[in-house]
Amino acid sequence: MNPTAGAYGLLAEFSSATALLDAARAARSAGFRQLEAYAPMPVEGLVEALGSPDKRLPRLALIGAVIGGVGTFALQWFSATAIYPINVGGRTPAWPGLIPSTFEMTILGAALAVFFGVLLRSRLPRLYHPIFNDAGFSAASSDRFFLCIEAADPQYDEPRTRDFLERLRPLRVNVIEA
Amino acid sequence: MSSLARSEMLSDIGPAHEPVLPGAQSYESISAKISGIVLEARPARWWLISFAACSALTLLFFGSIGYLFYKGVGIWGLNVPVVWAFDITNYVWWIAIAMSGTFISAALHLTRQPWGVSISRFAEAMTVFALAIAGMFPILHLGRPWFFYWLMPYPNVMSLWPQWRSPLVWDFFAILAYLLLSLMFWYLGLIPDFATLRDRARTRAKQVIYGLLALGWRGEARAWQRRQSAQLLLAGLAVPLVVSVHSVVGLDFSAGNTPGWHSTIFPPFFVAGAMFSGFAMAMTIAILLRRAFDLGNFITDRHLDNLAKLILAMGLVLAYSYVMEVFMAWYSADRYEIYTSLTRMRGPYAPVYWALMFCVIIVPQALWSRRVRRAPWLLFVISIVINIGMWLERFMLIVTSEYRDFLPSAWGMFYPTRWDWAILLGSIGFFGWLLLLFVRFVPVISMAEMRELLAHERGAS
Repeated sequence: MNPTAGAYGLLAEFSSATALLDAARAARSAGFRQLEAYAPMPVEGLVEALGSPDKRLPRLALIGAVIGGVGTFALQWFSATAIYPINVGGRTPAWPGLIPSTFEMTILGAALAVFFGVLLRSRLPRLYHPIFNDAGFSAASSDRFFLCIEAADPQYDEPRTRDFLERLRPLRVNVIEA
Repeated sequence: MSSLARSEMLSDIGPAHEPVLPGAQSYESISAKISGIVLEARPARWWLISFAACSALTLLFFGSIGYLFYKGVGIWGLNVPVVWAFDITNYVWWIAIAMSGTFISAALHLTRQPWGVSISRFAEAMTVFALAIAGMFPILHLGRPWFFYWLMPYPNVMSLWPQWRSPLVWDFFAILAYLLLSLMFWYLGLIPDFATLRDRARTRAKQVIYGLLALGWRGEARAWQRRQSAQLLLAGLAVPLVVSVHSVVGLDFSAGNTPGWHSTIFPPFFVAGAMFSGFAMAMTIAILLRRAFDLGNFITDRHLDNLAKLILAMGLVLAYSYVMEVFMAWYSADRYEIYTSLTRMRGPYAPVYWALMFCVIIVPQALWSRRVRRAPWLLFVISIVINIGMWLERFMLIVTSEYRDFLPSAWGMFYPTRWDWAILLGSIGFFGWLLLLFVRFVPVISMAEMRELLAHERGAS
């Protein structure tokens, strides 16, 4: 059986953020598209080197804020005017008194949208991932930087891609089992 | 935050300032030091002793709550006209401490202050724990606590809805929003650190537990970028939320027509007081952590100095509010307002009034001195005194407005019973208990953000 048949991709390990950044740029300009870079912290310019940054979160926050705010205002309005009219004081609808709760829930709606948005868009939680099959990958959360060219890339060809990665002067290159 | 802006901000730390990260640090030394605190096999002796003490107080807390639920609020010293006393004092005190943790972290994040990195994690933890405790008190003070869920709007067979224009209902929403946002902000920051712990843990149990908490975090470039974007958004949402939450606590009082409470200055005055006591509590915890875990390289003298300056600034705002309160009472020409102000200074609770003025206005003036700001043990004492003062302030504000009712025939004093003290001390013990568990099982400083800071400091030099 061909040993590369079930491969997820090739993983190159680097010792610094700048080496990873250079490698990501080189791989991108060599035409690779199914790339992922792993680092123990945010690296400036890395997302741009791999493609484009994710700019959806602010929009999600807006949607969450609108749902939270409009929903809470509507809940108060209809419960106090139609479902259980409270005909006292400033009379319903005394809308200014409904604003504090509306404000709090607007913020909460936006925050929930951001929090779940960031997790879902990063495909988390996902406890198993092929990348964890690499024995040295645990350093990715401490002080090592990794570039993975995935087998799904149209240009992927194990020996040639490995040669390409070796030329980027990594600490090591390893095949990842799927 | 865009990565470009972040690098600009960090390059501002010129040679004129002390470095935020002194000493020779590397990515590895940061991970080893901070994760070592959590992954070390055996807890230190001081930890075991304090944990035992806090556990005893925690038992006292929950035991007293159990007895309260069994017997009713009559076990406390409150009675008409003083129907709010230690319960609401504790509530406002704890919620004020909770206010500044997320605020410190969010405001320093938004204003791009690199020194925020080492204090934001435990400040956020402080918020979550203090808020959880604060949230219990409104339920405890209800005569029939099993009906507390009537605050929540839900379709029910009684076809009953909350009174939407009541600040007590606003309070419910405010605390709910603030607790959830603080938890999310905290957890989002923790995910990469849990991944580091997962990867460094030696025992199977720790690998599995931290692995589950890390949600499978791998550190992809785009995941980092999304996390930064989300933190920026949550920080931006947190700052107005903090201000609104404590304003609503202020409105709980000022919406009523009780002399001493019925004042438009309350919302901003409460927000300033909350920041003040919260900064002081953050200072207390920072000094203890630094001492206990030898974190002098992460929580430096500069951090304490900056916190002390914030405390001083907030203290001045608070002092101004006290003066304005007295001035407005006089200026209102309302005899009840004037009387309430004067009995605060001269009545049976006058010692409380003057003690709080000493703790909250006089003592913090020592922070003008640079020598004091550089002496951790003095700062520790000052921060404790401030929080005692802030507790006294809430007590004074609440009880002295109630005990002299409009009619002299309805006047009455409040004296705390042993159950009042048990619940106050128990809540402090429970807070300590949660904090001790936090420092034992969660990294007290964000390793991911420390690495980022180090990368930029290296890049700048």
